[in-house]
Amino acid sequence: MSIKKICKEQPERFEFDVKNLEKAKKIITNYPEGKQQSAVMALLYLAQSQNENWIPLAAMKYIGKFLNIPYIKVYEVATFYTMYNLLPVGKNFIQVCTTTPCMIRGAQKIVDACKEKISNNENELSENKNCSWVEVECLGACVNGPMMQINNDYFEDLDKEKTLKILDQILKGGSPKPGSYRGRVNSEPENNRKTLLDTRNA
Amino acid sequence: MLKLKVNNKDIEIEEGLTVLQACEKAGVEIPRFCYHEKLSIAGNCRMCLVEIEKSPKPVASCAMPAAEGMNIKTNTNFVEKSRKGVMEFLLANHPLDCPVCDQGGECDLQDQSLFYGVDKSRYKENKRAVPEKNMGPLIKTQMTRCIHCTRCIRFATEIAGVPELGAIGRGEDMQITTYLEKSMVSELSANVVDLCPVGALTSKPYVFEARPWELKKTESIDVMDAIGSNIRVDTYGWEVKRILPRINEDINEEWISDKTRHACDGLLNQRLDTPFIKYNKKFDKASWKEVNNIIKGKVQETSSDKICGLTGDLTNMETLFIFKEFFNKCLNSKNLESRNDHVYINPEKRENYLFNSNINGIEESDFIFIIGSNPRYEATILNARIRKAYLNNKTKIVSLNNVGDLTYPYDFLKGKTEDIKEIIEDKHPLSNIIKESKKPLIMLGQSVLASNSGKYIFESIKYFLKKNGKINNEWNSLNIISENASTVGSLDLGIFQTNDGSNEVLSNLENHKYELVFLLGRDNLGFKKKNEFIIYQGSHGDKGAEIADIILPGSAYTEQDGYFTNLEGKLQKAYKASYPPGDAKEDWKIINDLAEVINNKKLFKNKEELESSLLNNLNLMCEKNISKESTDLKDLIFKNEEIKINNIDYYYSNSIARASKTMFKCRNEKVKLEATGTED
Repeated sequence: MSIKKICKEQPERFEFDVKNLEKAKKIITNYPEGKQQSAVMALLYLAQSQNENWIPLAAMKYIGKFLNIPYIKVYEVATFYTMYNLLPVGKNFIQVCTTTPCMIRGAQKIVDACKEKISNNENELSENKNCSWVEVECLGACVNGPMMQINNDYFEDLDKEKTLKILDQILKGGSPKPGSYRGRVNSEPENNRKTLLDTRNA
Repeated sequence: MLKLKVNNKDIEIEEGLTVLQACEKAGVEIPRFCYHEKLSIAGNCRMCLVEIEKSPKPVASCAMPAAEGMNIKTNTNFVEKSRKGVMEFLLANHPLDCPVCDQGGECDLQDQSLFYGVDKSRYKENKRAVPEKNMGPLIKTQMTRCIHCTRCIRFATEIAGVPELGAIGRGEDMQITTYLEKSMVSELSANVVDLCPVGALTSKPYVFEARPWELKKTESIDVMDAIGSNIRVDTYGWEVKRILPRINEDINEEWISDKTRHACDGLLNQRLDTPFIKYNKKFDKASWKEVNNIIKGKVQETSSDKICGLTGDLTNMETLFIFKEFFNKCLNSKNLESRNDHVYINPEKRENYLFNSNINGIEESDFIFIIGSNPRYEATILNARIRKAYLNNKTKIVSLNNVGDLTYPYDFLKGKTEDIKEIIEDKHPLSNIIKESKKPLIMLGQSVLASNSGKYIFESIKYFLKKNGKINNEWNSLNIISENASTVGSLDLGIFQTNDGSNEVLSNLENHKYELVFLLGRDNLGFKKKNEFIIYQGSHGDKGAEIADIILPGSAYTEQDGYFTNLEGKLQKAYKASYPPGDAKEDWKIINDLAEVINNKKLFKNKEELESSLLNNLNLMCEKNISKESTDLKDLIFKNEEIKINNIDYYYSNSIARASKTMFKCRNEKVKLEATGTED
């Protein structure tokens, strides 16, 4: 589980940029009159994606004012959910799935790769401060395990070598191609397998 | 009406009650931690589990609506086992530090664990430890003891109207805290200490002072504001250790303000414990005999029209009454005054200076108009009622001035007398709103009555309301917010001198027309001394004692029996819980003894005679006041001016509060917050 500590170094100001402001206004219209405060989760997520994957206090205040609710209410929500990061996690936030199906297929090796390349511990920034990693529960890509998520993209069918390569690229600031790393399209069967009874190369 | 069974006993209850309330009606007590009558229902402690027939699982009775034909059982093994289970979970993380916990002896968890606790723990893991939180100078936190009932959060959000408390994190890591651990900015904050069922939030000034069973408990009345909150004074020997609220649904419900609760340590500091005489600008100790003889001499050499008496804000009515008798009979003077500023009064009728709609009436009202007052500081409990009315009925609230955060939203006008004029002449949209509302409530504060236009505003508003039938036998919409405990009592006893509502005694005093000035607990006086000989009688060495030539040490409100009339005109009696320090005497006795020295005859034989005489006199005064009635709008002079709200130094408003270290800390905390700005 992510640590719910508040970062000591906080940016002084936060404001939605033009694109996100528009999005935020649209999100608010999804809720009936007088229930606008329900938009708090969506707005926190917007703020997180705008601010390099973490939510500073200034953003919570901004959202509190934006929705006209007390700061503490925003703070409560932000500290309750594990997917809101309250500490800087780097521009590339890597989540490694270690739930059963991925674990059976060797998720531990991906974790090892992360430890090797990025940092010894979860939620710790790499040396060049542009990424960190964390173990998470099922990300719903069990057919393509083991896998990890970097920001919004899934990297699937991994092994240790492939992971190391991806991480190298990430650390250098590159953007590796998401998707299956065994050449599959989505989660299609491999080697022309057409039915479940077809045991060839299964 | 619903018919249902509780433990096989048939009862009938009205609709809309919960199972827990139904059980209480049937006389069955249900253990609970999170449920509280005055707060919303949370249903998260699970201690109130009961068995309901046909329900496979135990039911949390506080959150379950009672329904027709329910068969509720609270005394079965099933219920006991479930409650024991809940208690075991609650105790899993609760430290066993009752011997060093201030809540010990009055702790809900301690009490209920006697019935539902298990003698051995099956929990072998480490207990959770939570860091302490800063909640300001009044609340000590020991958050490891918290059982997450969320009563404090609900109180802050609902009653106090300062949504600053919250629960962060989740599961075992859940913590109750203020936003970034700032102090709670509320005048009702210390009530969370009473609400906390365990020792997580305890009183900081009272920390490790005493155990509840060692204290002598006296039921009394508060004097910090004009509300007259019902309190319980807990004393240990001479010392007042703490003050707690008593339930009175008509006045303070269950709450008291922070000043009421925590100014009590001021009763131990700055006390006057012996008579003093000023020689060469220095105070020397003296005996009662000496000072009484000096006063006798002074009285004899001063002509009676050069003598005046000013009474204080915390003085009880017995003392006021005997003081008046003393002035009339011994000094032959009528120069008595209870007001410390030029507040306009119209004493023709008692209702001209009362809060006529009553505090309960606030909840019935459909429109509230506040003129020249900041009820949050002037009458905190009353403000909490206005908030309650706003929450329950969405009552529309308008204030003449923008007075800042009142804990509920309100509209404000320009803050000028012009606004009032327009309303009265039917030119303002508010005129129609007032006319159309069934039970409007117009509140006039002391700030507006003390302004130059005080007379105009009071009389014209009264005329307007009367014309539109808003002052009748069922509903009197004209309300005055008095600020001090003895304001209404003094006016009831006729301690003022006025022809047209102005404060003549004070004007004369300011023009130095008096030679002998008798201050009876009068501390809030902006008066520069010249050649006057000043006698001060009171409990604290404060502003009044500073300028005095002779000091007579009196008693504070916890040290003598005394009547107080609150702003609604309710007569209540405060009881003696402690005794005055050193040579100090009860206030009425000082005057009585002085009268004996001057006239060779006591005014009253004993306290009983004084009391019965006071009560008789009060009845006479009230009857007399019904006689005449005059409202002549033509005589009123309109002057366009801005109404300024007196900036009340809330934590420093009277001599007891000024002597209190706790109030000093609260004030500093507030100043600090204002300096840094609470917003960002």
